[in-house]
Amino acid sequence: MTAQVQTIRSPGDRGVWAWITTVDHKRIGLLYAVSAAAFFFIGGLEALLVRTQLLGPNLEVLSAEAYNQLFTMHGLTMVFLVVMPIAAAFTNYFLPILIGARDVAFPRLNAFSYWLFIFSGLLIYSSFFLGGAPDGAWVGYAPLSTQLTEVVRMDFWTIGLSTLGISSIAASANFIATAFTMRAPGMTMLRMPVFAWMSLVVAFLLIFSLPSVAIGLFQLFLDRNFGALFYAADAGGDPLLWQHLFWIFGHPEVYVLVLPAMGIVSEVLPTFARKPLFGYPFVVFSGAAIGFIGFGVWSHHMFTSGMGPIAEAGFGVATMIIAVPTGVKIFNWIGTIWGGKIKFNTPMLFSLAFVAMFVIGGLSGVTHAVVPSDTQQHDTYYVVAHFHYVLFGGAVFGYVSGVYYWFPKWTGRKLNETLGKIHFWLALIGFNLTFGPMHVLGLNGMPRRTYRYPEGLGWANWNAVATIGAYTILVAFLVFAWNIVRTHYLNKGERVGNDPWDGRTLEWTIPSPPPVHNFDETPIVHSLDDFWHQKYAENEEGRAVRMPAVTGAADDQGDIGRADHGTPEGIHMPSPSYYPALASLGIAITGGGLVYLPWGFAAIGVGVVVMLWGLFGWSLEPVTKEH
Amino acid sequence: MSDVAVTDLDHTEHADHHDVKPVRKTAMWVFLGSECVFFGAMISTFLLYRNTTNGGPGSEIFDIPFTSASSFVLLMSSLTMVLAHNAFEKSDMRQTRIWLSGTALLGATFLAGQIFEFTEFIDKGLTLPRSPFGSSFYMLTGFHGMHVALGVILLAAMAVLSLSGRLYDDRGLNVELVGLYWHFVDIVWIVIFTVVYLLQI
Repeated sequence: MTAQVQTIRSPGDRGVWAWITTVDHKRIGLLYAVSAAAFFFIGGLEALLVRTQLLGPNLEVLSAEAYNQLFTMHGLTMVFLVVMPIAAAFTNYFLPILIGARDVAFPRLNAFSYWLFIFSGLLIYSSFFLGGAPDGAWVGYAPLSTQLTEVVRMDFWTIGLSTLGISSIAASANFIATAFTMRAPGMTMLRMPVFAWMSLVVAFLLIFSLPSVAIGLFQLFLDRNFGALFYAADAGGDPLLWQHLFWIFGHPEVYVLVLPAMGIVSEVLPTFARKPLFGYPFVVFSGAAIGFIGFGVWSHHMFTSGMGPIAEAGFGVATMIIAVPTGVKIFNWIGTIWGGKIKFNTPMLFSLAFVAMFVIGGLSGVTHAVVPSDTQQHDTYYVVAHFHYVLFGGAVFGYVSGVYYWFPKWTGRKLNETLGKIHFWLALIGFNLTFGPMHVLGLNGMPRRTYRYPEGLGWANWNAVATIGAYTILVAFLVFAWNIVRTHYLNKGERVGNDPWDGRTLEWTIPSPPPVHNFDETPIVHSLDDFWHQKYAENEEGRAVRMPAVTGAADDQGDIGRADHGTPEGIHMPSPSYYPALASLGIAITGGGLVYLPWGFAAIGVGVVVMLWGLFGWSLEPVTKEH
Repeated sequence: MSDVAVTDLDHTEHADHHDVKPVRKTAMWVFLGSECVFFGAMISTFLLYRNTTNGGPGSEIFDIPFTSASSFVLLMSSLTMVLAHNAFEKSDMRQTRIWLSGTALLGATFLAGQIFEFTEFIDKGLTLPRSPFGSSFYMLTGFHGMHVALGVILLAAMAVLSLSGRLYDDRGLNVELVGLYWHFVDIVWIVIFTVVYLLQI
């Protein structure tokens, strides 16, 4: 056992098989990122088709049937197959590194989560080729979703979402165990970077919210396929139950989508304002407060369902209260950049745009807390405008900022700044052109999920502007894609060292891209922003001055304290395994069989066998192979 | 099902102090927290529909003495689980195997009782598609039954693995973690028995 053991995870580091069997949190993070990017372009294409249909009055670009499928799949894709996985990508890659760990707590469970996510996504998308995609909106309200029974479309949605939920619960348990038990010596909870904190809060949100919708989905599935009566109003069933079960999940889900982006912004702003984060504990605890209060506001999605004045008043007040911790964060970000030496590069621009757009989306959100006003806005384009300001101008801009910020760490190359700025301005202008007018459209009474609208309602011009804006966003993200291809695959990007941004957190102490074991020696952490304090001291005026010591942060690991003195050869990483992918494939096949009941029983049989094969192989194989 | 955190083979000072058990225990507690919401959602659904019988049979068909007896069997299995864990801590593999098998057997007895009960209810006309009451009753108790069945499989697998000396403490699911799961399933049954059966009287 004392012999020098290879760090390389045998067998093989390259090729498709190495990626299928990988249990390395960094590779799994990249797999999540690439998958999310692919789904982002598919989901964007769906949105463009929807916008093209709405370009002018009385158009018939799409059939009504296709339109229903496209807006349903757009919502489903963007929430579950784009934003959640891109958040998982950042969490996978950076949570262990930010807390000084070598991997997540359960590397194979991590691989299982990824493969189950991608197989679930493919299962949902296979519906386009198998009789039509889900068409009952991403919220799938009963009784509409129980009555669309002539085809199996909505079953792709109930089953696909359930298996995605299993994937997310496994990933969340993994991240919580990682953050609680794998921190480096000296990395106390209140020295964790804000991004790590927000990932932790999100994991808790998912753990406690996903089961609610999972049960609802299961009830819908039983209603649709086995004649259960959960949502059958004529038999005494209550369709409102679905709305409650869905939104008890659905509202925390909103914070699941945006909190990791807030974490990224809280890393980017201090780095490029050259100041520490203003009020670190407030940012952390307001994030946790959002997590708690987020479970108490779900019914503001249901103000028009007739819950009665007491429930409406209560949830209205709770909705106003949750704006407070959100506002605390906004003021902390402003405090961070206030008086800073701001560097306006692409990651910083996207983070600043995040703050600005999120304020707009947040304020239109607070208007929904006022019940009479919400009753007017309900199911209009005003709501569509609101949540796109929060989830596109907010969350997506934050994640794009994260891509520009951490791309050098992933690949060792910076993305091109000129292309980045073109991307930024096109995206910002296109975004506001698309979703700004929707406020007006909504207040003028245009309902959501509308297939066609007649002339003479005053909606035509604003709809045309929104569609032009949507195509501008397409151009912006094509520039982004070209920037990534050019930098990474054509090797045109500027090469960088360990610490291109003069960063503050542990990921900048290790090479770009990091070695498989992350840290040659486990770091010892002495303070918040430890790496910054290694590089800078304060002079008498309280200004940061670079320490003359031979830190050489840009080139080597600096003089960070060491907990152990192992050489890279002494570190043993878990071996690759194909069992997690096999087990998740089995679950996906089982899911496919459930969609096609009663003929699908054969597929269920095959799926269960494959799943058990995967699980038993997984349980009984040794974690690390002896060499 | 789960694997151990990244291990350092060079036994430095830090590595010696690094106990890997809390990692898996944390994950198990988090999973059980999630399970609470799963059951919470189903219990809420049942409470909503407890009187919505749609003209079909309602709670009057419950056989409280019978279900009390099978509940007692399930609760006793928590005792044998504790004994199994105790023996495992003392590295007494023979006793561990006996108590693990005993726990699995009690769990299987409870399941047999539930299957018998279901056939009785179906004979009396309470089926899944009969009423929202039937739908939510079968979903809740069936979901719990599936948890018991999974527990029985895990316990039996552990008893078998102990024969070949592969019942590890330091990786995967060990006796303690399966015990946590088993106690949770028992506690949930106390809630279900109270809410579904006893509150109806």
